[in-house]
Amino acid sequence: MVADSQPVSPQFARDHARRVMARRLRGLMRSVLIHASLIPAAFVFTLPFLWMLSTSLKPDVQFYAYPPVVIPSPFQWSNYPDAVKFITFFLYLRNTLTIAVLATIGVLISSSLVAYSLARIPWRGRNFLFILTVATLMLPFQVTMIPLFIVFKNLGWVNSWLPLIVPHWFGGALYIFLLRQFFMTIPMELSEAARIDGANELKIYYSIILPLSKPALATVAIFEFIARWRDYIGPLIYQSDQ
Amino acid sequence: MATATATANLPRRRLSQGTRHTINGLLFASPWIFGLLVFWIYPTLASAYYSFTKYNGVRNPTFTGLANYIELFTKDEEFLAAVYNTVYFAVVSIPLAIIFAFGLAMMLNAKIRGQVVYRTIYFLPTLVPEVALALVWIFIFTPHNGLIAAPFRAFGSRGPCWLTCAEWARPTLVLLALWIIGQQIILYLAGLQDVPQDLYDAADVDGANFLSKFRNVTVPILTPVVFFHLITSVIGALNFFAIPYIMTGGTGFPANSTLFYSIYLYKNAFHYLEMGYASAMAWLLFMFTLVVTLIIFRSARLWVFYAGGED
Repeated sequence: MVADSQPVSPQFARDHARRVMARRLRGLMRSVLIHASLIPAAFVFTLPFLWMLSTSLKPDVQFYAYPPVVIPSPFQWSNYPDAVKFITFFLYLRNTLTIAVLATIGVLISSSLVAYSLARIPWRGRNFLFILTVATLMLPFQVTMIPLFIVFKNLGWVNSWLPLIVPHWFGGALYIFLLRQFFMTIPMELSEAARIDGANELKIYYSIILPLSKPALATVAIFEFIARWRDYIGPLIYQSDQ
Repeated sequence: MATATATANLPRRRLSQGTRHTINGLLFASPWIFGLLVFWIYPTLASAYYSFTKYNGVRNPTFTGLANYIELFTKDEEFLAAVYNTVYFAVVSIPLAIIFAFGLAMMLNAKIRGQVVYRTIYFLPTLVPEVALALVWIFIFTPHNGLIAAPFRAFGSRGPCWLTCAEWARPTLVLLALWIIGQQIILYLAGLQDVPQDLYDAADVDGANFLSKFRNVTVPILTPVVFFHLITSVIGALNFFAIPYIMTGGTGFPANSTLFYSIYLYKNAFHYLEMGYASAMAWLLFMFTLVVTLIIFRSARLWVFYAGGED
């Protein structure tokens, strides 16, 4: 490093080798330490899954057996078909899927339209609407839960799928926010050029903005689908019977 | 707005374009304007009104003034228990979640073998519906013969009573909630990957060791992530509902130790049909959330560091 012409002294070479060794050893120690803490934690994180899997194949008597039965014997494969029969699994699956898909489609269409208005059309009042939109994010859903329930009850929608789907066709604040931020990053010149060429707003929205926003739209679709798929309190409130 | 130009017909054209923009803007936003009015603004106002009434959801509400609020604070022991449990849960679980998520993200950010496998494992529980999680946990946390009892039995101890006694039910739920921090880990990981390498290099040149690099580089750069995590988890903790509701059937068993604010609110509204009372609870929750969020926002300038140099 210092000068190529000077021969490296044996002392320097030895020190250098020692330093390299020490560094390697430190790196090794470090990764051993990290593995040593990650592996037990990973075990704790997977344990419930493994336990669920193991329990799902156990005969009844082994559920609460002590000592706990880790590997079921015999494997009771019939638990799966039984579960499907016992809880009308496919009906439930179809219900949840239909609701989640319909809500997701609705939220995608409505939120992207609204976000387009907020991000791409310069009109008075859009900032006010945007502030209101963000403000609703702060509102705990418990505040609106009771009046909404009463509205849906008066409409005769309780115990139907409508309360779980229809509101999503009018936009979701979080998604409007997210899509607005994304639409703002698309150069305005694209819209202006299209306007000069005579395209109307719907055309610009549909042919320019949406195709450029696929990643953001996919994010919204995934978020909404998972949220509806996992939703517990919605059905709990609005579906008081089967 | 564009600056005015001298051409005679331009102002008219611009005006009509402005009007067109307004019409288009309103048309595109119309679903949400309707949704905002029907699903947000009306219910919010209605709920504020209900909170001053006695209302069972069927007969017309009768105005009772502050009676609901007074009863909540002076007579309702279950309410106080619910507040205590919820605050306990927030105060204990949030710092733990921050420490665990941050720590795990640090380790998952290290270049080690199996990084992807580890990351997947820690994220997995986040994808499972809360109902399924709650059911498995009930199975595992059955005292005496659940899986969790096995290591205690091995030492001849009976182990804690977990969800079946009041002293342990709360800490057990805190423990269980720590299991779903996958999303937070992802946030910290993203933050860690944004830390500029030259900061570490500069620290190396100055002879900084691991700890001082952690304290003076990693932590400050990640404070915005901690800030975001803190805000969202405060709101999340105040709304903690599905897991304890499923695990206890909403009874708050044992001895109201798992009665959380949202559960008690739900019970008032839909079991006891005290919709006015529940609305008062909802508004208290809203106000409390606002105040806590505001305090955290205010405190941010003391401890949150923006590398981009905000203010």
